[in-house]
Amino acid sequence: MQAKTKHLLKVTQLCNSYEGSPLLQDINFSLESGEILCLLGPSGSGKTTLLRLLAGLENEESGTIFFEDTDISLIPPHKRNFGMMFQEYALFPHKNVAQNVAFGLEMQQHTTGEIERRVQKMLTLVGLKGFDDRKIDELSGGEKQRVALARSLAPEPQLLLLDEPLGSLDKTLRDRLALEIRTILKSFQVTSIFVTHDQSEAFSVADKVAILHDGILQQFDTPENIYRYPTNSSVASFLGFRNLLRGKVDSNSIFHCKSFRLHLGNTPSISSTDATLLIRPEGATLKNPPSAGSNRSSITGKITKRQFQGSTYKITLISDGENLVFELPLDPPVPNTGCLIHLTLSPSSLVLLAR
Amino acid sequence: MKSTGYSGKWLLLALPLLYLTLFYFYPLIKICLISFFPNGTWEPEKLHSLFSTSIYLKIIWFTTWQALLSTLLTLIFALPGAYIFARYNFFGKNLLQAVMTIPFVLPTVVTAAAFRALLGNNGLLNSWLVTAFDLAAPPIRIDQTFYFFVLAHIFYNYTLVLRIVGNFWAGLDPHLKSAATMLGASPTKTFFRITLPLLLPAIGSATLLIFIFCFTSFGVILILGGPGNSTIEVEIYRQAVQLFNLPMAATLSLIQICINFFLMWLHARLGKNSTIGFFGDSAQETATRTKTTLQKTIVAINLLFMILLLLSPLLALVIRSFSGKNGPTFAYYLALFTTQTRSVFSVPPISAVINSVGFGIGAMIISVGLGLLASTYLASKKGRHTTMWDAIIMLPLATSAVTLGFGYIITLNTPPLNLRDSLALVPIAHSLVAFPFVVRCILPSLRQIPDNLREAALLLGAPPLKIWQKVDIPIIKKAVATGGVFAFSISMGEFGASTFVTRPHTATIPVAIFRFLGQPGDLNYGQAMAMSTILMLVTSTAFWLIGRLDTPRPEKDIV
Repeated sequence: MQAKTKHLLKVTQLCNSYEGSPLLQDINFSLESGEILCLLGPSGSGKTTLLRLLAGLENEESGTIFFEDTDISLIPPHKRNFGMMFQEYALFPHKNVAQNVAFGLEMQQHTTGEIERRVQKMLTLVGLKGFDDRKIDELSGGEKQRVALARSLAPEPQLLLLDEPLGSLDKTLRDRLALEIRTILKSFQVTSIFVTHDQSEAFSVADKVAILHDGILQQFDTPENIYRYPTNSSVASFLGFRNLLRGKVDSNSIFHCKSFRLHLGNTPSISSTDATLLIRPEGATLKNPPSAGSNRSSITGKITKRQFQGSTYKITLISDGENLVFELPLDPPVPNTGCLIHLTLSPSSLVLLAR
Repeated sequence: MKSTGYSGKWLLLALPLLYLTLFYFYPLIKICLISFFPNGTWEPEKLHSLFSTSIYLKIIWFTTWQALLSTLLTLIFALPGAYIFARYNFFGKNLLQAVMTIPFVLPTVVTAAAFRALLGNNGLLNSWLVTAFDLAAPPIRIDQTFYFFVLAHIFYNYTLVLRIVGNFWAGLDPHLKSAATMLGASPTKTFFRITLPLLLPAIGSATLLIFIFCFTSFGVILILGGPGNSTIEVEIYRQAVQLFNLPMAATLSLIQICINFFLMWLHARLGKNSTIGFFGDSAQETATRTKTTLQKTIVAINLLFMILLLLSPLLALVIRSFSGKNGPTFAYYLALFTTQTRSVFSVPPISAVINSVGFGIGAMIISVGLGLLASTYLASKKGRHTTMWDAIIMLPLATSAVTLGFGYIITLNTPPLNLRDSLALVPIAHSLVAFPFVVRCILPSLRQIPDNLREAALLLGAPPLKIWQKVDIPIIKKAVATGGVFAFSISMGEFGASTFVTRPHTATIPVAIFRFLGQPGDLNYGQAMAMSTILMLVTSTAFWLIGRLDTPRPEKDIV
């Protein structure tokens, strides 16, 4: 498939509100053909609203959505040729599996033979060959999910929107299907937007991740960059990071907070009087006694919790009134709770956040 | 594991079954006997003449035709209403929804009186028109015609569509519609390919129920329809009470019983297949505010129609009950307490109120008592036998009150079971009508009690009776109370059976209203209006109370 323009989808200054309270504020992003974007955020962050605006199921208050450089705000949803997969699948209960998959093709007025051929192709692709005559209420959760995927892909949409498509499945099934969905979407080369609140799901499915919080697009980047360099504390805490310190950075790239003096290493020096530092849990090493003079940062504190996790120990350290969480390797042995320890932090485990 | 008290459980069912045998099956069998053996001998020519004389076929045809027309018109008028209730939020929606239920729970006689009050020859609208345009005669002359009771049927069953179809519609997963849209279906296509097919079970169920109600409608047709418009029910009454042609009444009753059983069986069958699981949001969440002018207009027209059709007769009834020749008056209400020389009663009409309350309490005690026994049995076991007994207990529901009443006068007025002068006759008839409802109220909540709750009580040392008292009763008392209020209000409004089984001194409110309406004169008319207003108030209060009981309330709250 040859992309006509660089950006297949471009969203500019999109805003929406419900009964006076803003749901989405000034959303800007663009997506290239064939990419999978994950909208990640806690519930109530506006992910589903954004998806419904793109679908045309709701109308934007201001801002523009360009698709292939055309403003699509006046095109009704059923003429956009976008596909959508719903949270509870929204399979038509009065139609069987094959009739559900055929619905979109019938709307495109294909011949009966063509519809039959494409339904069979889709069912085979999602691993439901022979399920044609099954009733919807006879299907398991995973099977429903596959039928919904087949149904939304059958009319070959230009953009596929997926609203928490794995939300109602159990954890193990979710992990397996997330990868399967990515494989299927990639084989179709369909540009997709995938809404989820589960970061591991987002990271395993997406090419790009957009983090939404309180209706504001916090960060838009590749999964790796988002994980390595969260832009602000709300993204960091949403990703599950706990060690966030507020302080200031001096001109020598040293972060000051209470009694902590932490060398930020090679990160471009930005002196700031109000900064937030993220200390990653996995970059610390246990050492005793501390070697003075090194420009490596170190932290001293008392272990309050010690949890064996298989490959690592998860410990909680109290240091100058701050509770910090670290994951330490099994070697050298980690002392018991109540012991005072010294940790050396690698420069890469210190991330200065924008705010 | 086999239940220990298996053999003992049969005793629970014994009393309700004995009651049904005596007061339900015995009269029904007698009806069959009389229609086949009018003079004690087998007379097949009677059956032959049934289908050779056109009169029976004409009655059946008229009954079917008016029911079909009433059903069709109700659907045409009520479906848009169901749509706006399901899809839009507007000011006063909840209140309107509550008021809308009144017509459906109104006793038939009150409905008839209300329509007379609005559109009768002396009705509110006619008097206004006569005064306003200085006319010599009332311009609206639909009293004693076919149109009058069809209108009443629409009034009656409108709410049924609103409730069944509207609630079902509101419960439809809104994502299904969005899914169709996203697959390229236009709004029209989405409606015809997705929404309508999904609504069909609900529409079918409502249609069949309305048809059944209109087919067995008695009170409104008798009062509003006039002599030319005889349905099976009305004809049974005429043949039995006015012409004393018992064999013909029996044959008609038999026809009615067969048709009714068939219709109820059909309804049960259809109901079985329509249980599609929909995970939808509640009505409040899926409904939206009206946005465009078109939507606002649609909602406004519908609301106006609803208020006109459903509220104006009720208002007219109340207004009429207070308006005398020279302005507002309490005269009709006061007259209820005095014995009029020219009145149809030898006792003050207010005694009908006392009778009704007494019979209502009696019917309530009988049906709740039997209902508790039968439900306890049905809830204790599951299987084919239980389903069969359940169906047998529901049979009175599929029998029209008129056939039941007719059955009573041909069986219970003569030995071996002569209850002709017994005060128990009316409450017995009413309790049979109410009994299936009571079972339907109690059974679901009894079935909800998990077995391990009783087992826990048993292991804690409670004997079976104590378990029933300490576990079952506290859990089901709300359902029992609902069933009781239901039974009471059914008895208060019951008309079909009462016309047969009441005697002048045991007249109930609906029977009294009927007699007042049949007599000439302002005072009789006014008293009918006054009594109807009282009855409307009583039944609305009862059903309001049922609504209150249904809502979940804190544990300590005493029902």
